[in-house]
Amino acid sequence: MKDAVTAIIKKYGNDKSQLVSILQDIQSEYNYLPRTALDKVSKKMGIPQSQVFALATFFRAFSLKERGKHIVNVCLGTACHVRGGELILDSLQRQLGVNPGGTTADHNFTLESVNCMGCCATGPVVKIGDEYFGHMTNDKVEPMLNKYR
Amino acid sequence: MPGKLKSPKELEALNKKLAKGLGTDKARVSVCNGTACRPYGSNPVVEAFKAEINKKGLTDQVEFKVTGCHGFCERGPIAIVEPGNIFYQKIKPEDVPEILDKTVLNKQVISRLLFKDPLTKAEITAQADLPFYKNQKRIILGNNIRIDPTSIEDYISIGGYSALAKALFDYQPEQIIDIIKQSGLRGRGGGGFTTGAKWESCRKAHGDIKYVIVNADEGDPGAYANEGLLTGNPHSVLEGLIIGAFAIGSHQGYIYVRNEYPLALKNIINAMEQAGKLGLLGKNILGSGFDFEVRVNRGGGAFICGESTALMASLEGKVG
Ligand SMILES: Cc1cc2nc3c(=O)[nH]c(=O)nc-3n(C[C@H](O)[C@H](O)[C@H](O)COP(=O)(O)O)c2cc1C
Ligand code: FES
Ligand code: FES
Repeated sequence: MKDAVTAIIKKYGNDKSQLVSILQDIQSEYNYLPRTALDKVSKKMGIPQSQVFALATFFRAFSLKERGKHIVNVCLGTACHVRGGELILDSLQRQLGVNPGGTTADHNFTLESVNCMGCCATGPVVKIGDEYFGHMTNDKVEPMLNKYR
Repeated sequence: MPGKLKSPKELEALNKKLAKGLGTDKARVSVCNGTACRPYGSNPVVEAFKAEINKKGLTDQVEFKVTGCHGFCERGPIAIVEPGNIFYQKIKPEDVPEILDKTVLNKQVISRLLFKDPLTKAEITAQADLPFYKNQKRIILGNNIRIDPTSIEDYISIGGYSALAKALFDYQPEQIIDIIKQSGLRGRGGGGFTTGAKWESCRKAHGDIKYVIVNADEGDPGAYANEGLLTGNPHSVLEGLIIGAFAIGSHQGYIYVRNEYPLALKNIINAMEQAGKLGLLGKNILGSGFDFEVRVNRGGGAFICGESTALMASLEGKVG
């Protein structure tokens, strides 16, 4: 773990103004922001821990908890909301047995929500990993999840 | 790809060479593979076209283009067949052989794939006649349909970067600001502030280090115009950014893109690399002596960071 974090900091030339990008890269590497990695960033870059944590908790894209293998992102942006995004979220919560932000016991899925993914015409939209599922209905939720089970 | 372009003449020569095939009545199919068409299954349609064109040995006869958003996402996946400006909607991979056989090779229109006016029930063939497009003048997003956004050659073939060459060689920065003022161009971020006045105040501002920021944090859902432009025509954003930088006297730019837009990120980063290789970005642009660098930053999913001061804080590594 240590080396990956050091390499990422180095990639950005130890530039404090790039802290958001550094945390984003660390999250892509580990799927979340491990405590030890944040400590390391703080020490290596000479940034107070409070500032690192302020960023890590301010942006909703960051997670301080370990996440599952597949990130299930439900869109709750305005366009998807009016087309019933909340119902899809309900249905996902029931099927996965977790609330938004939660990870299933087998570590296969983490459920998250997002506000608009830039494809509102196909709403309500769910994204799993890099794949988009448009015009979602409750009936489509289970077959969609089964592809990743 | 050719090496660095060292003068406006070299750019012009490249444009002439690349523009050769345009405007002829060679068959052309352009399929949208933008972010909204993907959930509808545009990827398999694109693959089917590639495979069928190969199988039928049509590679020389048909120009096939994969583009960014055409605008009418509601009807995706969409294809436009030229000549004829024929608009096909909700295409499935199974439709592809028929489109090639009937429409591309034999100029027959497949009525099943046409748009039907919900009121009059009339079938509409040409894209330009669709009610959705008829009343629009698509200036910024209109070129999406003509180019492959991952190809700088495509952009140059339709005259891309010629405005940059003009700005750098034919005008002084103050003249550019005047032109922008006269044009009446206004900001697209919501406030509608006059762009010329904004540029002028930046040019006149104290301090010698200046920055230009492209705000593509697009927080308001439902209107993904920034996404459509960055994904479908990233070079146009770069060209405008460099012209703006030259006008206000800046050598460092930032493009702040929402993290929820992976394809926009990918395409703008690719565009920057291509522009750098051709000498249109970086040191001594087109041999003009003007230097300009750009950095891309990803947003973190906070709506407030689209506001300019919060955005700048986040560029400095702070909370918005
Ligand atoms: C809460 C809030 C959110 C904003 N979000 C955006 C945005 O997503 N995109 C944007 O271009 N401008 C946004 N703005 C406006 C920017 O602060 C800024 O005025 C604008 O980017 C200037 O660009 P323009 O000259 O093209 O209008 C937002 C402003 C506020 C107050
Ligand atoms: S609101 Fe869901 S994709 Fe835009
Ligand atoms: S993404 Fe295909 S038309 Fe908009």
